[in-house]
Amino acid sequence: MCLAVPGRIVSIEGSDPLLRIGTVDFGGTRKQISLSCVPEAREGDYVLAHAGLALNVVDEAEAEKTLDLLREATEGE
Amino acid sequence: MGDANNCFHCPVPISRYAEVLMAHGGGGKLTRDLVEGLFIPAFGRPGAGPLHDGARLDLPAGRIVFTTDAYVVLPLFFPGGDIGSLAVNGTVNDLAMCGARPSSLSAAFILEEGLPMKTLARTAASMAEAARAAGVAVVTGDTKVVDRGKGDGIFITTSGVGVADPGLRIGPAEVCAGDAVILSGDIGRHGIAVMASREGLAFESEVQSDCAPLVDPVFAMLDAGVEVHCLRDLTRGGLATVLVEIAAGAGLNVRIEEDAVPVTPAVRGACELLGLDPLYTANEGRFVVFVAPGAAEQAVQALRSCPASAGAARVGEVLAGPAGTATLGGRFGADRILDMLSGEQLPRIC
Amino acid sequence: MKFIDEYREAGSVRACAETLERTVTRPWVLMEVCGGQTHAILRYGLDRLLPGEVTLVHGPGCPVCVTPVALIEKAGAIAALPGVTLCSFGDMLRVPGASVDLLTVKARGGDVRTVYSPLDAVELARTNPERQVVFFAVGFETTAPVTALAVSRAAQLDLENFSLLVAHVLVPPAIEAILAAPDNRIQGFLAAGHVCTVMGLDEYEEIAAKHHVPIVATGFEPLDILQGVLMTVRQLEQGRAEVENQYARAVQRQGNPRARALIAEVFQVVDRSWRGVGQIPQSGLGLSEAFAAFDAETRFDVTGVSAEESPLCISGEILRGIRRPDQCPAFGTRCTPEHPLGATMVSSEGACAAYHRYRGRQEGGDDG
Repeated sequence: MCLAVPGRIVSIEGSDPLLRIGTVDFGGTRKQISLSCVPEAREGDYVLAHAGLALNVVDEAEAEKTLDLLREATEGE
Repeated sequence: MGDANNCFHCPVPISRYAEVLMAHGGGGKLTRDLVEGLFIPAFGRPGAGPLHDGARLDLPAGRIVFTTDAYVVLPLFFPGGDIGSLAVNGTVNDLAMCGARPSSLSAAFILEEGLPMKTLARTAASMAEAARAAGVAVVTGDTKVVDRGKGDGIFITTSGVGVADPGLRIGPAEVCAGDAVILSGDIGRHGIAVMASREGLAFESEVQSDCAPLVDPVFAMLDAGVEVHCLRDLTRGGLATVLVEIAAGAGLNVRIEEDAVPVTPAVRGACELLGLDPLYTANEGRFVVFVAPGAAEQAVQALRSCPASAGAARVGEVLAGPAGTATLGGRFGADRILDMLSGEQLPRIC
Repeated sequence: MKFIDEYREAGSVRACAETLERTVTRPWVLMEVCGGQTHAILRYGLDRLLPGEVTLVHGPGCPVCVTPVALIEKAGAIAALPGVTLCSFGDMLRVPGASVDLLTVKARGGDVRTVYSPLDAVELARTNPERQVVFFAVGFETTAPVTALAVSRAAQLDLENFSLLVAHVLVPPAIEAILAAPDNRIQGFLAAGHVCTVMGLDEYEEIAAKHHVPIVATGFEPLDILQGVLMTVRQLEQGRAEVENQYARAVQRQGNPRARALIAEVFQVVDRSWRGVGQIPQSGLGLSEAFAAFDAETRFDVTGVSAEESPLCISGEILRGIRRPDQCPAFGTRCTPEHPLGATMVSSEGACAAYHRYRGRQEGGDDG
């Protein structure tokens, strides 16, 4: 379960960390997503959104690493 | 709502009443006022003289094609269309899918007591605009009113008459193994546009409904001499449903490649977000055409010359078996059998 | 789309499958515990890319399927009450209880509405003070934080017309229950990536050590799943039993502390009955004392709900990976998505429904 989709934060409203709402863009479709669980999120970050709540900020470095690991694994064999 | 506003010219006066009353459906004075004051100004008077119970048509020679459809949609107005333009284009397209040039439409309205007259006028104006764009006339109709709470504002049933070349044979029975499957454009716009406007699922989207008449694309192919075996417009069940139906009707295998099916990024994004499959998402201005294998290139070129099918692409082919099934060739080499959904696709979190 | 497309790239996926082929030397049985992963595997045909030695079974990872029949019946009874609006995720609407599903309740006049988020249900309550708004809270730990946030919000706003019918379930106890069964044949697990995004990896360390099984937190895209399988198989081949993280772009070892705090504030761990599996102690979430007033079960006295399952249904065995959907005598005949007999056919994420949809009835038995 847990359909959580990565989207880019386009703008953030609200200063109280618990009430912050981000307008998040998913390939051209935008939705208001609560950022109360990702206080470190900034405009331009990608977050994983599930049922209206951002669960984490996507770690771009780790994302690259995952793809790199695969390339290593297959080249090294 | 914006589009309908732009082309709406307020006939003066629409009506003395700001809302639809039971009496407007009673067949008496108020009904006549509605017809003369709202519908006729929008649709035009069908011929000279007083209005009759029915319209007499002068049709060109050929095979008469007849169709009907009922339209219920909420919200009534959505990005790229409304119940009015849907009601005209849906029926026009059913005629076009039979290879018929649409001529005349009837429009029967079931209105909910209390419906704002402005909403009805806007709907009629939208229908008139759609009819003009499709080259048809709304020549007869009816109005009934139901009690408040017994209808979603407006229900419209349109029936349509068109004329086709008597020599044309188009339908699932004409589909042959080896035929090319061509799609007239990207999928999923209507479903997403409507969902974006629904309470509880609201999201901002650039996606507009693809509601449009398909007469020009169909005749661009026919006039170019393309050997068309089957036409079918995509509606509520999406591309997958149409392919399953045609495969069953033809007793053959319809196979499409997943990566060949065009989907815009905005529709994809919305589908990802809601857990929907674009293949099963609604369309109102797209169709598939099955043509003889040698005619595929010509068909795509003919389609691309029309704005309504500028994004046409070949998406697959017809094979002998497994008979009666539709198959999706997956990206990773695994095929998937397409099935009909038992109901409407629902957004999921799971 | 960024962070999605790269993980669906055909070349990478095939390369991963080839590496897996070269890595495996013996038969292994793995389980994924996530409806989203089940969906992806069957939709992309990923299990057909696996070498014959690797069997991937679909565990009880669909919270919709495992929601107890009694709770669905209660949801239906509540929705049928005048003045009540029941809000639910779309997933739950067609799931049959013992006698009804929510769509039927809607057809009979109940006010049942689909929402994308429980926060939308709270907003509905705020703008419609004359109605009692009830949110049907299903889902694993991934969804519990947003439900908790919704309840907090309702409390902040002093809403008296909002309540929750809680059906949240927890993954680790389910894995424990599977491993503890005498006929268990599962040797390694793909942990549900987004559950781990919230809860982190600590809970799985204990399980891995106690039962000596590798557990790999895995994402949902084709590349993620194949990589997760590869990492699990590698551990098995090497005799290791560790917790690893394939989904590092979305999972940190400690999870999301704020989300966990929200859950801890609003919920408490309770026993829960899983449809098709039975009672699993300490496997669900219920509202904590402080938020007990928001419990729809106490606010609406809905008693006398029946909770019977069809005797033909073998969901329990399917969910534990003992049998496959196409090995059930009723599969595709008496039990179909239109007329489901039990948990795993009821929702499109259930193993039986997913099999039926993506495999039809012609195939079966050709993949390990």
